[in-house]
Amino acid sequence: MLNRDEDILQAAEAWQKAGHGVALATVVETWGSAPRPAGSSLVINDDGTFLGSVSGGCVEGAVVTEALDVIASGQPKMLEFGVADETAWNVGLSCGGTIRVFVEKVGQS
Amino acid sequence: MKLQTLSEVNIERAARRPVIVITDTANGDQRLVKAKDIATDPLRAELSKQLRMGKSGMIEAAGKKLFLNVYAPTARLVIVGAVHISQALAPLARSLDYDVTVVDPRTAFASPERFPDVPLIAEWPDVALPPLNVDHYTAFVAVTHDPKIDDPALLHAFARDCFYIGALGSRKTHAKRAERLKAQGASDADIARIHAPIGLNIGAVSPSEIAVSIMAEITAELRLPKENVKEQAA
Repeated sequence: MLNRDEDILQAAEAWQKAGHGVALATVVETWGSAPRPAGSSLVINDDGTFLGSVSGGCVEGAVVTEALDVIASGQPKMLEFGVADETAWNVGLSCGGTIRVFVEKVGQS
Repeated sequence: MKLQTLSEVNIERAARRPVIVITDTANGDQRLVKAKDIATDPLRAELSKQLRMGKSGMIEAAGKKLFLNVYAPTARLVIVGAVHISQALAPLARSLDYDVTVVDPRTAFASPERFPDVPLIAEWPDVALPPLNVDHYTAFVAVTHDPKIDDPALLHAFARDCFYIGALGSRKTHAKRAERLKAQGASDADIARIHAPIGLNIGAVSPSEIAVSIMAEITAELRLPKENVKEQAA
């Protein structure tokens, strides 16, 4: 079953209330051919468990790693993925687009 | 995101009310705007535009780069008629993330054996439909082929702001239906809202194929810019 945005945000709230560190990653901008539109989101907890997606699976691994840093530091981060990025060969978007993903901790005051 | 903001987003979504979260991407500052507060918000023009399109996106305001995340309610499909087509349509719509409800007063049709896991209401439209709060994020289809059931259902849909109305029946059947509905007070504009014959013309024959053509038409109505819908769907 696919996770809908509703389920993702409900999981974020439930995980946070259960005492987990939680981060929310959201696609905020896309250029060219991007797999998921702005507003698509992924929620990650401090176990590394995640729900949802920000791409077709191409960059989720990198987003999860960065999200664990954001959970630890509490500081939001902007990530960019695309063919212009030097990491493109590792974690770029094979469809040729570019996306920016905003990662923030859930529960910061 | 503050826990309180997240909780409020979840509450609004559960109540099927749109909500927009505005994030300053430079520092993570955030605020939430409920649908009812958009008209008095300093960013009302941008907020209403994004909400109308149902799209999230970046804007620039007062030198700040702001991300407007639009949380529109989950699309819903109300199917009037627990017929063979509906048995294919309900699971297909659910796989496309629609919340699906099937209404049919005929209990032999509206049985859990025929519709496993789908919310079923075995009542006449006048009883079943008002509590569903059919809204702008609802697609509405009438497929019983029985005027006693389809007609009152369509009259209910006309009174609501649903984004799609479809009714099963040939052009001839639809012409007769239009006459009956007008005799009951429907306007020409109401009748024009009905997609009939229902679904995109893809030569669909089987119930499953008809379900595909209906969901394709509903998807076009939901996603294509308004000026393109008719032309692309023709």
